[in-house]
Amino acid sequence: MNRFLKILFFALLVKPMVLLGLGLNVFFKAKLPKQGPAIVVANHNSHLDTLVLMSLYPLSQIHKIRPVAAADYFLKNKLLAWFSLNIIGIIPMQRKHIRDTSALFAQCHRALDDGDILLLFPEGSRGKPEQLSDLKRGVHHLIKSRKTLKVVPVMMHGLGKALPKGEMIFVPFNCDVVVGDAIPFNADAKCYIDSVSNALNQLLALCMTRQSVVKDDLE
Amino acid sequence: MFNIPIHSFYMMTFVVILLITGSLIRWRLQVKNPQTDYLELKQRIQSWWWMIGILFGILLAPTTVSIIFFALLSFLALKEFFSIMPTRQADRRILLWAYLAIPLQYYWVATNWYGMFLIFIPIYVFLFLPMRAVFIGETKGFIRSLGTIHWAVMLSVLCVSHIAYLLQLPVKNEQAGALGLVLFLIFITQFNDVCQYIWGKTLGKHKIIPKVSPKKTWEGFIGGVITVTLISGFVAPYLTPLTMVQGFVAGTLIAISGFVGDVVISSVKRDLAIKDSGTLIPGHGGLLDRIDSLIYTAPLFFHFLYYLHY
Repeated sequence: MNRFLKILFFALLVKPMVLLGLGLNVFFKAKLPKQGPAIVVANHNSHLDTLVLMSLYPLSQIHKIRPVAAADYFLKNKLLAWFSLNIIGIIPMQRKHIRDTSALFAQCHRALDDGDILLLFPEGSRGKPEQLSDLKRGVHHLIKSRKTLKVVPVMMHGLGKALPKGEMIFVPFNCDVVVGDAIPFNADAKCYIDSVSNALNQLLALCMTRQSVVKDDLE
Repeated sequence: MFNIPIHSFYMMTFVVILLITGSLIRWRLQVKNPQTDYLELKQRIQSWWWMIGILFGILLAPTTVSIIFFALLSFLALKEFFSIMPTRQADRRILLWAYLAIPLQYYWVATNWYGMFLIFIPIYVFLFLPMRAVFIGETKGFIRSLGTIHWAVMLSVLCVSHIAYLLQLPVKNEQAGALGLVLFLIFITQFNDVCQYIWGKTLGKHKIIPKVSPKKTWEGFIGGVITVTLISGFVAPYLTPLTMVQGFVAGTLIAISGFVGDVVISSVKRDLAIKDSGTLIPGHGGLLDRIDSLIYTAPLFFHFLYYLHY
């Protein structure tokens, strides 16, 4: 039943809205992992990020795409929790209890074992519009025990204008989605996170909408 | 046939034959040189099929449907502008109001309110958007933002809506019908793009504006203007109320302004250091890349025609 609702939600609402209200410039879509287990790491500027990434997958695959999202935000009331868990299919992450990493990532590991594709936003929060914040190291913890897992970077640009943090009103903009090459594993967490960050910044150069940000806004 | 006025029907058939010829030539090329990759050419021709198919379908539909289609075209063009041009976070609400100008502008078209159609964007929208921006209160970058936004609205809403208004003019050439005007405008504009390209490729030597568009040459431009002027003079009496001599003038007007529209959008892209304005049309780039010349030719052809015949 929930899977049916999920397909309806994406077929009737998300996909048409992404097509018409947004309009995507997708580059190198073929590099997206088609089957799990795999991880997609993306920059995060808007709630739309998750929906756009999921909309790139066919309806038959959408239940295998699992965004990792903050429990304190998305489970804060019953309705939002039901929607997040059943329609979007998030894996809730307890941002407060980060001491016990094995418990923190237990659900992520279970999903990967099931062959799901995880969507991770290593910035941790949407932050300022169209700016890449410092990346968190969680993704490294997650793949330490899975050195061969495919981790694919995706840079999105323009969504922070369409629906930025703290805004309720949606404004139509074309957005770029650039998919990069899989990032090789590195035992050193800092090096690994730097390579993710570099990969995302390189993909930014391919974005058509990259000039649409006014420099004054970034100060 | 389908109640299409006979001259417009011939024109549409002619365009379809051109497309079939294009597809056959591409197919022959591929068979002759199996190693060469003709993907872009293939995409371009396929996209042409789609664009012509959609355009013809829309023109044969009831006028209201055609008007809604051109409103959608304006929306996609404006969205492309707003997505590549620098605008501030504080401008989001103003952009939303700018989008709202589209349904209103096409409502004036649909209700045949000529005066309002003409002044709505250059007066009401022009005065309203800065007022809205003042209430938001961000003054840093105010001039640049408002200038950019209004410019984009003029080009992609006011200019494009002139194509739709051609359908609302009283029919003066019964054998062409209202759609004859649109077919003439779009065909001559695109034909001009092709002619300038071909003349430039074969004879091009002296660069015309190397800083903006290094491939554009005087030979291509002049060759295009002459060819298009001649063709336009012979086609105009069949598809429009224009006489042959008026058709020659219309052809020159379209050829020159089409060139200008092309290089104006090229300058925008060069300023932003991007090659295409989007990826909407495979093989062509964004919508603005395709309708750049039409943005300029539509209002100029419209008012030339209106002055002489309405």
